[in-house]
Amino acid sequence: MNTQRKLAILADAAKYDASCASSGTRSRNSVGGRGIGSTEGSGICHSYAPDGRCISLLKILLTNFCQYDCLYCVNRVTSNVPRARFTVDEVVQLTLDFYRRNCIEGLFLSSGIIQSPDYTMEQVVEVARVLREVHDFRGYIHLKTIPEASPELLQKAGRYADRLSINVELPTVQGLETLAPEKDGAAIRRSMARLRVHIDDAKDAQREAAKTRVMSMPQASARRAPAPVFAPAGQSTQMIVGADATDDRTILSASAQLYGAYRLRRVYYSAFSPIPDASSSLPLAAPPMVREHRLYQADWLMRFYGFAHDEIVPAAADGSTGMLSLDVDPKLAWALAHRERFPVDLDTAPREMLLRVPGLGVKAVERLLVARRVRRVRSDDLARLHVPLKKVLPFVQLVDHRPGRALDAGDLASRFRAAPVQASLFST
Amino acid sequence: MATQTVTLAGDTDWPGFRSEARALLARQVPPEEVVWHTRASAAGDLFASLETQRPVVGHGSASAVVPPAFVRLCETVVLHADPARFGMLYRLLWRLVHEPGLRYDPLDAERVRVQHMAQAVRREMHKMKAFVRFRPIAQGDGLPPLHVAWFDPEHHIVEAVAPFFVRRFTQMHWAILTPQRSARWFPSDDGIEDLAGGRLDIGPGARREDAPPADAGEALWLTYYEHIFNPARLKLAMMQKEMPRRYWQNLPEAALISPLAAEAMARSGRMIDAAPTAPARRIVPLQPMTASAHHEPGTSGVDALSADPADALGQLKRATNRCRECPIGEHATQSVFGEGPIGAVLMVVGEQPGDQEDLRGRPFVGPAGQLFDRAIADLGWPRDALYVTNAVKHFKYELRGKRRIHKTPTQREAAACLHWLESEMAQVRPRAVLALGATAARSVLGRPVAVMQERGQWQTGPRGEQVLVALHPSALLRGDPAQRDEAYAAWLEDLSKATSLVQGEVHEAVPR
Repeated sequence: MNTQRKLAILADAAKYDASCASSGTRSRNSVGGRGIGSTEGSGICHSYAPDGRCISLLKILLTNFCQYDCLYCVNRVTSNVPRARFTVDEVVQLTLDFYRRNCIEGLFLSSGIIQSPDYTMEQVVEVARVLREVHDFRGYIHLKTIPEASPELLQKAGRYADRLSINVELPTVQGLETLAPEKDGAAIRRSMARLRVHIDDAKDAQREAAKTRVMSMPQASARRAPAPVFAPAGQSTQMIVGADATDDRTILSASAQLYGAYRLRRVYYSAFSPIPDASSSLPLAAPPMVREHRLYQADWLMRFYGFAHDEIVPAAADGSTGMLSLDVDPKLAWALAHRERFPVDLDTAPREMLLRVPGLGVKAVERLLVARRVRRVRSDDLARLHVPLKKVLPFVQLVDHRPGRALDAGDLASRFRAAPVQASLFST
Repeated sequence: MATQTVTLAGDTDWPGFRSEARALLARQVPPEEVVWHTRASAAGDLFASLETQRPVVGHGSASAVVPPAFVRLCETVVLHADPARFGMLYRLLWRLVHEPGLRYDPLDAERVRVQHMAQAVRREMHKMKAFVRFRPIAQGDGLPPLHVAWFDPEHHIVEAVAPFFVRRFTQMHWAILTPQRSARWFPSDDGIEDLAGGRLDIGPGARREDAPPADAGEALWLTYYEHIFNPARLKLAMMQKEMPRRYWQNLPEAALISPLAAEAMARSGRMIDAAPTAPARRIVPLQPMTASAHHEPGTSGVDALSADPADALGQLKRATNRCRECPIGEHATQSVFGEGPIGAVLMVVGEQPGDQEDLRGRPFVGPAGQLFDRAIADLGWPRDALYVTNAVKHFKYELRGKRRIHKTPTQREAAACLHWLESEMAQVRPRAVLALGATAARSVLGRPVAVMQERGQWQTGPRGEQVLVALHPSALLRGDPAQRDEAYAAWLEDLSKATSLVQGEVHEAVPR
């Protein structure tokens, strides 16, 4: 089988993984090195697929042969998809070639499980090792780790990779037991904990190294030995949404636990997508794309807007379905359900409350906070901030604007329901 | 009306703009009286050459103090294609000097407009980094290939972005051609070095035909693009928002967008309609993995404990991991079981694992554990005389933002966990027990314990064992910092009641 055919099969096998980021690592470049590559903090989307997703990394599987039988996965052992396997060198050459053409920021390598978790992990790590050590490649590397692999391999992976990820796959333990019988939820959590410990330890060591004074000796360079690095871009995970009946409240609670316990940089939500040769026990409905989008918005509220996971979706006790509204975004839904907290006076309200105003983003809030020290905010100012006035105005009070009865109007919610607009999910 | 014409050396002449603006400001020339040209635009302006150049006075003499952020803003906006940019920047500078409030007002209309121009430039720089595509040309004679790219930027950004490509492709010989400017990078070895061991040349513009056509390597890239696209998720509008058509001419894969989009609906339809095929199992499944992967939910306990205490402890440890007799195990990473020698003189019982213990799977490794380590070092206790464990085996916490805050287990939870501690004690058979804190004391003594009253005294447990009660180290960490030393001394005093026991064992053991 030639490389082209393998690439087709193994890219097909990787396209259901939502993760694409190549940002957040430490910056480095190829000046003074033997090879190529650089990372400068924020990643670069080098292209976009017609599904709107950013292409920043060469995202492939080392092999799509797999001994596991996870029902949601196109590569499960009982699936009849064509199979292929790259050699370590093929992946290395493809990565370097695409990188030289400036098509990618680096590599995102995953694999089906063959022979044993350790064997598979060894192969994945070997690709990263050859790229780093043989070719002095300084671009971005994201490795998907196999939770059952040995701690030593995990540690080795962290030396070469910018980011490591372990997919939790499903938001609940029960879901995992039903749909992925060979996967061990507890082992996944233990691996995440191990990664967090390594990442924290490496950061501590770096802080310590930065504190010690450099002693310059005559004729010696004043460089201090670099502290060991471990996955500087942290760890992330992915869960599949819509393959079982878990509600959004449970999903967000699972994410909050993951962020809190393992300091994940990101939880990716991947709407269960119809896959070729699907198992008959799975839903074949069109993917709930809006649901996935709402989950990302809710996730954003937890990470940047000070929302607690359990206030975004009301509890079932309050007559809630446990699902995010598909019509309006979660922040607007929260505001509509908590009208007693509004209107917010933009000249006096604290930051935490400004962040809860529908339509005001983190940047807009920062600018308002600076501006209101020298002036009172008017509606013209809001217009210049490029915030959606239709959404913001009913919830705020300004020198020249009071929402008045609009906030109490029974039809306020319905006014926002027309044509939901999807913002970008996958920009870096 | 316009009385001053300033002609800058080029489209990106930031130093020129800077010194001219400074001089104009020094002479108090208001922005309405200045016309800005670049050498390129001046050639097309009949009147520009007729204007007399202003006399060179006061260069650098003005002391206009502006925020550093404004200087960075100017550096970026100068790269914008809008011919009015210099005038706008000078006007903003003028206003910054004359209207002190302006620098604190990010919502000023003019500032916002200039900010947007800067944003447009930054976006274009970012897109250039993303959408420049190199194609290799063989150079023969054993020379490495030359990588050439064509790009057509909207703003004057080539010089500003070139260093990025130098840093990224330091060891590659490359050239980026655009209609206005071209950047060429020679990686060292010709003796002329000025940057990162090589030479960067910025030259005149080029034609599209000067860049090489597609090659075989690009076919691989097209294959990748075609196959990484999921037809069930077609979202063309989103794609175009991030990758406007303007850039498509540089991107070989753009030719695939229409055919892929046209096929997408049919492809995902066929996928959904297709009946599932009979599962084929061509490779054997893995052997069942660890015991923890295969368990009946809700069960716990151990059927038959091994006769060897070390094995029995291992069995118990695995079993606690599966324990769901109370709800706290569900959100923990793992159970944290005791550690230490069988037959230890002293068994130290804490309350429950904390954040670090939960992550590391070992007891007493967090801040409280470190304080305990310090105490036993101060007391001269040998670590290997101790078996260290907790009354409750899973970490109970409450999420506050991104932090897991320790929560004291309820009596019911501690009671549910008690049989694990008892089994552990039965295997370890310690000479005595040190109970740290109320939860541990209650579990060990089987009755409510007022720690402040009973601390530092030997008690007798329900099975006749000797029990010493002391504060939990985390109580010291949480306590009043002013009294920390005092509290620590008192705590050591309490713990020291066990010293003779612990050290006595060592003395007994040494002679043999």
